[in-house]
Amino acid sequence: MLPFVVQRVLTAIPTLAIVTVMVFGIQRSLPGDPAVILAGEEQDPQVIAFIREKYRLDEPVPVQYVAWLGQLARGDLGVSMRTGEPVTSLILTKLPVTVQLSLLSILVAILVAIPAGVIAATRKNTGWDVAGTVVALSGLSIPNFWLGIMLILFVSVQLGWLPASGYVPFFEDPVDNLRRMIMPAIVLGTGLAAVLMRQMRSSMLEVLSQDFVRTATAKGASGWTTIVRHAMRNALIPVVTILGLQLGTLLSGAVLTEQVFTIPGFGKLIVDAVFNRDYAVVQGVVLFTATAYIVINLAVDVLYALLDPRISGGRA
Amino acid sequence: MTGAVPRRIDPVVAWWTSRPMRRLRSRPIALVGGVVVLAFVALAVLAPWIAPYDPAATDFLSVRDAPSGRYWFGTDEIGRDVLSRVVFGARASLIAGVISVAIALAAGVPLGLIAGFYGGWVDEVIMRITDALLSFPFLILAVALAAALGPSLQNAMIAIGIAVTPTFVRLMRGQVLAVKNAEYVQAARALGAGDGRILARHVLPNAFAPILVQATVTIAQAIIAESSLSFLGLGVQPPTPSWGGMLNTAKNFLVQAPWMAIWPGLSIFVTVLAFNLFGDGLRDAFDPRDA
Repeated sequence: MLPFVVQRVLTAIPTLAIVTVMVFGIQRSLPGDPAVILAGEEQDPQVIAFIREKYRLDEPVPVQYVAWLGQLARGDLGVSMRTGEPVTSLILTKLPVTVQLSLLSILVAILVAIPAGVIAATRKNTGWDVAGTVVALSGLSIPNFWLGIMLILFVSVQLGWLPASGYVPFFEDPVDNLRRMIMPAIVLGTGLAAVLMRQMRSSMLEVLSQDFVRTATAKGASGWTTIVRHAMRNALIPVVTILGLQLGTLLSGAVLTEQVFTIPGFGKLIVDAVFNRDYAVVQGVVLFTATAYIVINLAVDVLYALLDPRISGGRA
Repeated sequence: MTGAVPRRIDPVVAWWTSRPMRRLRSRPIALVGGVVVLAFVALAVLAPWIAPYDPAATDFLSVRDAPSGRYWFGTDEIGRDVLSRVVFGARASLIAGVISVAIALAAGVPLGLIAGFYGGWVDEVIMRITDALLSFPFLILAVALAAALGPSLQNAMIAIGIAVTPTFVRLMRGQVLAVKNAEYVQAARALGAGDGRILARHVLPNAFAPILVQATVTIAQAIIAESSLSFLGLGVQPPTPSWGGMLNTAKNFLVQAPWMAIWPGLSIFVTVLAFNLFGDGLRDAFDPRDA
């Protein structure tokens, strides 16, 4: 167990280091003077001089990189050149909004995908299965920003059932918050539901053909007992792994979903920063998401090794 | 059969009657996908002849006109024909899909070959860089790159190409590892074949099918990515028509002109679905477990 965890952490460290080099490289490869770029539209010579000194821009690039790493280690991602706020606190303010949206979309995806995957697998090669496959492929193919626009058009504009956009914090008004988050959660959850459904179907098919399921049936367990108590529990393991790997897709989707529904989350932060040429924020968000992805997948792997000793034994 | 004169088989016939092609032809849904893909390619190529109007021509007497006999898909906020813009928009989407995947193939296949074949520290370095690239959420990386390079179709394609390269590195490396120690590769080496010959003649042809399948599915992803970037204003720049760009404008006119939002989105959806259906069919056709 311990060697596996150590090995897994040791592979994550160089990956993280390369991520920092890439983010630093992208920022430094922008055409023009980095100090002027970091200053954004603020072209005050004093500001530029301050940035040049803070980021040691007159020193060799490796020294600049090490100095930047030192700042990162202190949790300092720089300062927004637009608002003057520290990038770390900007991210931390926007993060809960995107986390709530992501959790709701995962809930939507699970509620749709698990039953649909089980039905498709238990009724393999029937109309249900074919319909499930087509719906899942459609879910993968529909651009989520267009789905969002269509939902706004029909549910909000035509039927007037839900607000078209905007955000209210959950603790301010939970009901209004959920009313505004339902459509975005459906939009963000659709692609994920399609991926999970396909995975659930194939892992259910695999589990259903195994000996212990046949034994359970032979011992007199009813059809649904076998499916729910024996097959589904085992089939869910790879589905949860996929969920961890889909985190990046979810964050990518959040960028578009938040833009369509004007939700002030993490995704909207990076898009607004791009248009405001606020490179410190763009850099901070990119670095933060990549680090979060690496750390969360590391945690998922370690958790699995704890839950299923075969994993650490197999790899270590 | 002894003494029979071997007949030369026409390569086209051989390809058409090969097992993967026979299996692909027996899958109607995949074939429908393939036909729809071809239809959109024809639409893009023949756009100047198919589109009823110049996609940039404005008619200020017909601003936001509903679909009619004159304008089948209606007009947009400055009186341009939506149908003509949808037809020309197919160009940006398909070019972006194909070129960004070509960039990813050109970079990913050689890197995967080298990593898998030589192993050791070369493999370690390539794979850690691949892991690092994979840890950036796809669209966030594309947004950051497009922002750094500047908004344009060309830069969007480069950004998407870089973002999908890791998929091909990993796939190619896996294929190489699977055949590297196979007997026929060992035999070729024993006969004196060099690394280049082994890679080109023995390893690469074996990886062709999975790479083709992955490329088809990745084109679908790249089309969505391009339209997403154009929707955000980081891809094709107006007035050049693109489906994502049209949706970006349309979202501001949902109440007054809903048709502006329906057709471009439907086009992205149908094209991507067609690529996915065709890709799924290809995967099944080439799957050796399903023989």
